[in-house]
Amino acid sequence: MLLTIEDVKKTYPGARPVLQGVSLTLDAGQTLALTGESGSGKSTLLHLAGALDSFDAGEIRLAGTALSGLDDTGRAALRRDRVALVFQQFNLIPSLTVGQNLGFHARLAGRQDPVWIEELTERLGLAELVARYPEQLSGGQQQRVAIGRALAARPALLLADEPTGNLDETASTAVMELMLDLVRASGTALFLVTHSDRIAARLDARAHLSGGCIA
Amino acid sequence: MIGAALQALASHWRRHPLQLATLLAGLALATALWSAVQAINAEARASYARATAQIGSGALDVLEAPGGPIPLPRYVALRRAGWQLSPVLEGRARLGDLRVTVLGLDPVTHPPLPAFTAAMKRDAAMLGRMLAQGGMLIAPPDLAAILTDVPGLPKVQVSDSVPPGMVMTDIGVAERLLARPGQIDRLLILPNQPPGLTPLADLAPDLQRRVSRAGTDTARLTDSFHLNLTAFGLLSFAVGLFIVHGTVGLAFEQRRGMVRTLRALGLPLRLLTALMLGELLVLALIGGGLGLVLGYLVAAALLPDVAATLRGLYGAPVAGGLSLRPSWVLGGLVMALAGTGVASAQALWRMVHMPLLSAPGLQAWAQRAARGERRMALAGLGLIGAGGVALVLVPGLVGGFALIAGLMLGAALLLPPALALVLHLGRRLARGPVGDWLWADTRAQLPGIGLALMALLLALAANVGVGTMVSSFRLTFTGWLDQRLVSELYLTARDDAQGEEIARWLAPRSDAVLPIRSAEFTVQSVPVTVYGVVDHPTYSKNWPLLEQAPDAWDRVNAGAAAFINEQLARRAALWSGDRVQLAPGWTLPIAGVYSDYGNPTGQAIVALPALLSHASAVPNRRFGVRLSPEAVPGLMRDLRAAFDLPASALIDQAGLKAQSLAVFDKTFVVTGALNLLTLGVAGFAILTSLLTLWSLRLPQLAPVWALGLTRGTLARLELGRSLLLAALTALLALPLGLALAWVLLAVINVQAFGWRLPMYLFPADWLRLFGLALLAAGLAAALPARRLYRLPPSELLKVFANAR
Repeated sequence: MLLTIEDVKKTYPGARPVLQGVSLTLDAGQTLALTGESGSGKSTLLHLAGALDSFDAGEIRLAGTALSGLDDTGRAALRRDRVALVFQQFNLIPSLTVGQNLGFHARLAGRQDPVWIEELTERLGLAELVARYPEQLSGGQQQRVAIGRALAARPALLLADEPTGNLDETASTAVMELMLDLVRASGTALFLVTHSDRIAARLDARAHLSGGCIA
Repeated sequence: MIGAALQALASHWRRHPLQLATLLAGLALATALWSAVQAINAEARASYARATAQIGSGALDVLEAPGGPIPLPRYVALRRAGWQLSPVLEGRARLGDLRVTVLGLDPVTHPPLPAFTAAMKRDAAMLGRMLAQGGMLIAPPDLAAILTDVPGLPKVQVSDSVPPGMVMTDIGVAERLLARPGQIDRLLILPNQPPGLTPLADLAPDLQRRVSRAGTDTARLTDSFHLNLTAFGLLSFAVGLFIVHGTVGLAFEQRRGMVRTLRALGLPLRLLTALMLGELLVLALIGGGLGLVLGYLVAAALLPDVAATLRGLYGAPVAGGLSLRPSWVLGGLVMALAGTGVASAQALWRMVHMPLLSAPGLQAWAQRAARGERRMALAGLGLIGAGGVALVLVPGLVGGFALIAGLMLGAALLLPPALALVLHLGRRLARGPVGDWLWADTRAQLPGIGLALMALLLALAANVGVGTMVSSFRLTFTGWLDQRLVSELYLTARDDAQGEEIARWLAPRSDAVLPIRSAEFTVQSVPVTVYGVVDHPTYSKNWPLLEQAPDAWDRVNAGAAAFINEQLARRAALWSGDRVQLAPGWTLPIAGVYSDYGNPTGQAIVALPALLSHASAVPNRRFGVRLSPEAVPGLMRDLRAAFDLPASALIDQAGLKAQSLAVFDKTFVVTGALNLLTLGVAGFAILTSLLTLWSLRLPQLAPVWALGLTRGTLARLELGRSLLLAALTALLALPLGLALAWVLLAVINVQAFGWRLPMYLFPADWLRLFGLALLAAGLAAALPARRLYRLPPSELLKVFANAR
């Protein structure tokens, strides 16, 4: 099992509990869609799975590593080596060019593979754009760069939070198709947060979060 | 509509209180240092004006002899011809341990002076006592308290209407105190002259008639000092404005979205611009008001030292108390308003010309900044060139300060392009993704922090420049003291009779007794102190001559030539081989020019017999005594026992040097304080830049954190980035500071004080300053870095939240 989430609880200070005992699992290479209403805790669960935040109770294991026992450095190492992230806001590094953004995570993880990055660049249709800066790209182009950056590091798990939420229908479909193709081709597991039933239906499994629990 | 728009604009400051505080602090600091300097200048000038009123003779014309004093017989002849004239004798004299200005006048004929009028009101018999044998001195309270205890002086009357550092007395007493019997400096031409007089031009063609200039000499002498202070105030103001510019720029950048929305909602651009101008006006008034309060406090703290410097260096009468004067208060507010306008103009212009539907990002900002950098580089080079041209075309201090202004501002404008170049080169050498990102990200941050770094560059360069100037001066001064203060012991007798007795007593008990005797003369309408020296190798072996003619000392000792100091040489354009007229009928060739630091007035050295033949009543109370250093304590003990001398009458060489150095150091207290304040403001500029950039940084840092860098690593990188930029700025500040030091030593000092000093280098000081710059940048970056380190992940995650 690549990812195991066991009875995880999370409450932000001064707010009602967001997660009230969530459990789910994800195999290597599997794709999972997490759906739910706004504010149901989807993004929070994704952040916890990606070692971006800490939980109050329960346990999360990623590739056999229990996240509750990790300090800040351990969490950072896990994010660097095992996980990749794609956000709705793209969150590229504005001071680096497209080409530099694409290779950045892979270089951080020490797994830079120029052939793979070049293939990704071609398949994502970014070959003409490598010298540009993120703000010179459209939303769809930026998201393609974010996906490329994530997959270039050959992560075990790709966490994607509403990756097409900022895109129009056409761009959204195109980007999602591309991402699923690449994920499957690379054997990466995908944990996708989405509002869209249409997109969720295309993944191997689906979980629905409601009232802080998996329904 | 206006209310709603104002509410929207003000909401930015409510949400960014730190930015508001930064803006106000920048304005307050800029106004404070400028106002402090102006308050000090205004107080000093008011003191000069008060002194002019207290000693002035209204608008009466005066008669002067171009080459020196007016002999008494000439005055008598004019009086006999019917002219109503009043004689005045003025000079500096040592009374007890103090050097004071003695103003001697004829109380019967002189136009009423406040000091005399007030004293006569209190005591009608005062005039009689003043003219009687022994006479009377009228002195300000602080001086009177000291002079009352000095033996051998006339009675001292206290008066608030005498300028600080001055005593007024009858001209007969002044002749005695100044050792200038029978001499008159100027004759006041009284009003209501009888009709039918022979014109003065016929009676005394050798005398010059001119309008009164009492007080203007002091103002002229001290102009350079006040100009120096003003330059420092302006530098501090500019450094403060960098903070304002940076903060306003950022605030406008952050409000682009709001402005776009307001305009989209139908708010006319013209009204929006007016509202923003009104907002800036209110902020400028608040910041300026705070600055005035701060400035008053700074000025009140610095004024006593400034007053001491002006009194010591120029004999200028400046009181130590500070008053609130409309001139600098209004001036400070105007500067705050103008400064805010200048600092905000660019941001406001961009806002007004911003397209309604575009939102430039970091790279657009960086690219615009890069285009700006090219313009800045050209403007910087142009300013430096213009400064150089100004020095050639405009002689004097103004040209010198124009060069400094061009150099400093030009170099500040060149800083961002220079840093961009270095960062570009650094990126080429970067290893690994983090290094690559760090260099690129630092380059991208440059537009945001560039202004603060320019402020740091100016502050550091000013520190290096002024520090090098002061330290070079101190080193030269110390060496010069070693040459000038050769005698092992210096003593001051109570009076001439005791002086003669002590000299006789000392003769068999020492290697040599060297009298220190001087009298004041006038050379080219400027007072010059002429010292008479005895023929002794102490002088010829040690005197710090800058240039000399062959057989100089032989000719001086023979009474056939004179040495003059550098100040007189430069002011009067007299050098070795020229001739100087010390008094009517007494002209000597110049055998050499000597350095004479820390003295604003002209000086000459002649053989003692030659001096005595032109000023017979020169006091004979001060002596330098040559003997072996080990014998000094014993001799001091014996002298005190034999002549009942007070402790202050005897001082050994080390003591006198220490005293001289203490006076020297006091002179630069104000400069040092302003230097430190400017550096503090620059450090604050970095802090405010980093804090205001904080909100922009999170979206740039969060993705890197999410990709696997810890907050600790990011915080350390942020700290390292600030240290790197500060270090690069400090390195670039060094050549600028040295160029500034050269201008100060070779141009400003020569113009302001009349001496040129050699330039020495002080690498240890540079290292200390380098450390200080890193400390300032480190402290400034520590707060944002600590915030980043301690930032909960949930805060960083907000960057990725869909709601953003």
